[in-house]
Amino acid sequence: MSISLFIIYKVVLVVVVFLISLFIAMYSTYAERKVAAFMQDRLGPNRAGPFGILQPVADGVKMFMKEEIIPQVSNKFLFILGPSIAMFTSCITGAVVPWGTSLHIGGHEFALQVTDINIGILYVMAITSIGVYGIMIGGWASNNKYSLLGALRASSQMISYEIAMGLAIIALVMTTGTLSLKGIAAQQTGWHWNVFYQPLGFLIFLICAFAETNRTPFDLPESDSELIGGYHTEYSSMKLGFYLFAEYINMFISSAIMSTLYFGGYNMPFIGRLGLSPNLAAILGIVFLFAKIFFFIFFFMWVRWTVPRFRFDQLMNLGWKILIPLSIFNVAITGFFILLLHK
Amino acid sequence: MQALTTRSKVAVNKKMTFVERLYIPAILGGLRITLNHFFKKKVTISYPEEKREFAPVFRGQHVLKRDENGAERCTACGLCAVACPAEAITMVAAERKPGEENLYREEKYASVYEINMLRCIFCGLCEEACPKEAIFLTDRMVDTDYVRNNFIYGKDKLVEPMDKDKRIDVSKRETTETREFKTHPGYAHNKLYTKSLK
Amino acid sequence: MTVYLFIVLGVLAVLSALMVVFTKNPIHSILYLVLTFFAIAGEYVLLNAQFLAIVNIIVYAGAIMVLFLFVVMLLNLNKETEPHKSMLRKLIAVVAAGLLMVVLVGSLKGASNMSIQPFSHNTGLIENLGTVLFNDFLLPFEVSAILFLAAMVGAVMLGKKDIK
Repeated sequence: MSISLFIIYKVVLVVVVFLISLFIAMYSTYAERKVAAFMQDRLGPNRAGPFGILQPVADGVKMFMKEEIIPQVSNKFLFILGPSIAMFTSCITGAVVPWGTSLHIGGHEFALQVTDINIGILYVMAITSIGVYGIMIGGWASNNKYSLLGALRASSQMISYEIAMGLAIIALVMTTGTLSLKGIAAQQTGWHWNVFYQPLGFLIFLICAFAETNRTPFDLPESDSELIGGYHTEYSSMKLGFYLFAEYINMFISSAIMSTLYFGGYNMPFIGRLGLSPNLAAILGIVFLFAKIFFFIFFFMWVRWTVPRFRFDQLMNLGWKILIPLSIFNVAITGFFILLLHK
Repeated sequence: MQALTTRSKVAVNKKMTFVERLYIPAILGGLRITLNHFFKKKVTISYPEEKREFAPVFRGQHVLKRDENGAERCTACGLCAVACPAEAITMVAAERKPGEENLYREEKYASVYEINMLRCIFCGLCEEACPKEAIFLTDRMVDTDYVRNNFIYGKDKLVEPMDKDKRIDVSKRETTETREFKTHPGYAHNKLYTKSLK
Repeated sequence: MTVYLFIVLGVLAVLSALMVVFTKNPIHSILYLVLTFFAIAGEYVLLNAQFLAIVNIIVYAGAIMVLFLFVVMLLNLNKETEPHKSMLRKLIAVVAAGLLMVVLVGSLKGASNMSIQPFSHNTGLIENLGTVLFNDFLLPFEVSAILFLAAMVGAVMLGKKDIK
């Protein structure tokens, strides 16, 4: 593959992945409102376009047209940097997710993954831990004590649950033997999905994913029905939109990561037996991956409209006293089984 | 003590079992309930496209009826104003001039008849009090407005149109039961009326 | 290409490290430090040491600096609350830091003759790192693990409300 072709292919892939994450995040807002409405026996937004399908566009236009207020006493540079970091970190995680195997066009092989670094999972962890900065900087730069407290609440939650998440991933890595997301996805052909080998690990990861994306029952940073907005109290217009939008991109990406790590990624049982051409199989793989992702996004929303919010001390108790010991136990028991089976 | 509802539960502060403390079965139960609601029929009525039927007993904006010949039935007796608990009705009586027989049925008529729609509580006592079957509450809504004065409805808004096709249908309010309620000699409120008939 | 990247990242690292010291606002100072860590992580990636780069970001930028930021935000340090430092103190600080620099330069001067090993593309990969860590450096690795455990227990003890 020539260097120019390589660059074009990567740029196209990056742009496509970026646009898809934005598009899905956009329609997640619509889906959230629809799911919420349906679970409450309502219809949800149905005015903008047929079935309200243009609602996200209308919301976006509204966000952009709103008056933008930057508090006089705030630190202006950091005030703008906050939502930028939140948006940036949620967008770049998609780079390591393998969206499919690879397409063969004109004698070239195009892998459907922006970059396969051999430490893909750690990259995801690193980006998650950087995401805290967006919230902290935003909350501090607002120069409002409620924003600051909200930021502290949010970041202490995210830091606490990162630990259990990391430990759950360690147990997973012990079974897979690789840190590359592509390698992990490729291992899970047929029914060899990691969720069957790591059920406890998956449960811990799932709970931590809810906490990391600030979704109910862990949406204490926002607590829209109890507190004022939390860390984004002072934000208005599209900067607030960035914070809210970043949450939906995070939800999409964490669904993708969960599908890849535990639910076989682009693999589907029985698909290998059909004897399809590699290109068709790859495209079907993308479809399967997105089906899994959409299920998880639905699950996120399903839980949001079912389970009530935690109290803050309950949140910390769950994180430190239950999930972390449980994940350490999971690591230990995984190690025990690996020893047992490899003898 | 008898329970106030059949759904009340006695609070038991027993220690939860291990399975209960896991909360996962409870969460799954909750998820099942919300999923059931997901597929349930929705109760929303998309308003401008589909409108909800009014109940048969709905009481909306008043109408002053005309008789078959198009003459106003109201004789300005003032019983409705007396009956009105909100004191929303005022009227000024006038004598019918010769030649106005086609306009007013009785010899006395209301030259001014006003209902303050902000005071009115739509109780329907006026239509019960009316001996001439002249005032009725209909299934029309009172329109909104920005000015309080516009809510004082005069005869221009209350009296139904002369045109036979544009008459306002109040047959729902004129059931046999209401007619009986107004005329049955057994009811105390009708005693005076029936006596006067004799 | 790599050389230019190296230079850009190096300059960025040094500049932001200087800004850590020179900036007045402690929050800015921490954010510059985070930037320094990112630049250094970039240098690691140029050396094909992706694992080190990511761990650098996770541990330093993602965990330690967040806690720093936490504390500084709660302290609400301003120019007004900054304690006055006498000239003597500043002088002592300069001398101490200068001595540290002399030590560092001296130790690196002796090492300058060390033969530069040919660059291998597998040096920084996680498999090799693991092999080295669990074979050649097993004892220091375990000792540091015990050290961290002790520190953790100590932190928990300090955090407890009533020590009997």
